[in-house]
Amino acid sequence: MNGIHDLGGMDGLGPVEVEADEPVFHAPWERMVFGSVVGRQSGRNVHAFRHAIERMDPAHYLTSPYYEHWLTGLATLMIERGVITAEELEARAGGRFPLSRPIPPLPPPTPPASAAPRFAIGSAVRVVNEHPLGHTRCPRYVRGKRGVVVRHDGAFAVPDVAAHADLTGEEPVYGVRFAARELWGDAAGVRETVHVDLWERWLEPTRTTSAR
Amino acid sequence: MNGARVVARAWVDPAYRARLLADGTAAIAELGFGGPEGEHIVVVENGPAVHNVVVCTLCSCYPWPVLGLPPTWYKSAPYRARMVREPRVLLREMGLDLPEDVEIRVWDSSAESRYMVLPERPAGTESLDEAALAALVSRDAMIGTVRP
Repeated sequence: MNGIHDLGGMDGLGPVEVEADEPVFHAPWERMVFGSVVGRQSGRNVHAFRHAIERMDPAHYLTSPYYEHWLTGLATLMIERGVITAEELEARAGGRFPLSRPIPPLPPPTPPASAAPRFAIGSAVRVVNEHPLGHTRCPRYVRGKRGVVVRHDGAFAVPDVAAHADLTGEEPVYGVRFAARELWGDAAGVRETVHVDLWERWLEPTRTTSAR
Repeated sequence: MNGARVVARAWVDPAYRARLLADGTAAIAELGFGGPEGEHIVVVENGPAVHNVVVCTLCSCYPWPVLGLPPTWYKSAPYRARMVREPRVLLREMGLDLPEDVEIRVWDSSAESRYMVLPERPAGTESLDEAALAALVSRDAMIGTVRP
């Protein structure tokens, strides 16, 4: 989904604010949320968890601290899976508890193809220009852009599939290099590159490498 | 910080450095470090003409076993939005003014790999031992927003 989480390239967000001598957790509840997610990761679906965060209301996402994202994602999944009800949660919280939005109707995911890599290191590739409504780890800012494969990472479960279905299977993941000018136009720096790691379904061969 | 010990070892031991760049996860495990968010660590090396910097535009991916949990600024919207779009400007704003002829390589941790920057060994540190060298390496140097 083209959600608020997909921040790469957005303007107008202001300076990066660095907190001096920052503690690992800013409040006890942050440590509890961290433990609730990480301590019980086995058997959990990280892809569905990320997608639950991505479905947060954009205004809530941008104005809440980081671990509130985790808390919202966790609470949303617990309600969607019937562990607790929204009424029970609000009773325990003592008030309104904002949750993520529901998953829209989605087409059935395409199962993983093959774990054998289709692209060699050095291959010119183009990122597929698709905009799925479900979860994906392909950032918007590289879609339709040309890059070069620089690394094979092995084969892994595909987030686009695993967030939504119990389908097994893995697809190759590649490190892909993009020239900044391919991504951002001629005003971008000449001596700047951005590397993004992409599952094979997001890549197609192209004969033309980035002109810049 | 575990990552600083990895960097110091790479600075004093060329064979270790080569192993670290070839297979970061395995070389880091040699020093006893590994675990969640460190299953696939890729180490990228700075040089006089190349500077690397790490970001996760989609969430907060970060190599926990070597760098700990990420600082809030790394997870913040401005850092995630801007580091891929205007790295030279943002690095300058954050205090790292790189010469125009230095190439900047940004690594967006969008899949399974977690990245760590291997900074250049500072000049004038020939007499320092490994522990003293590790003390020169900050977390931010291994994210790529400062140079030691």
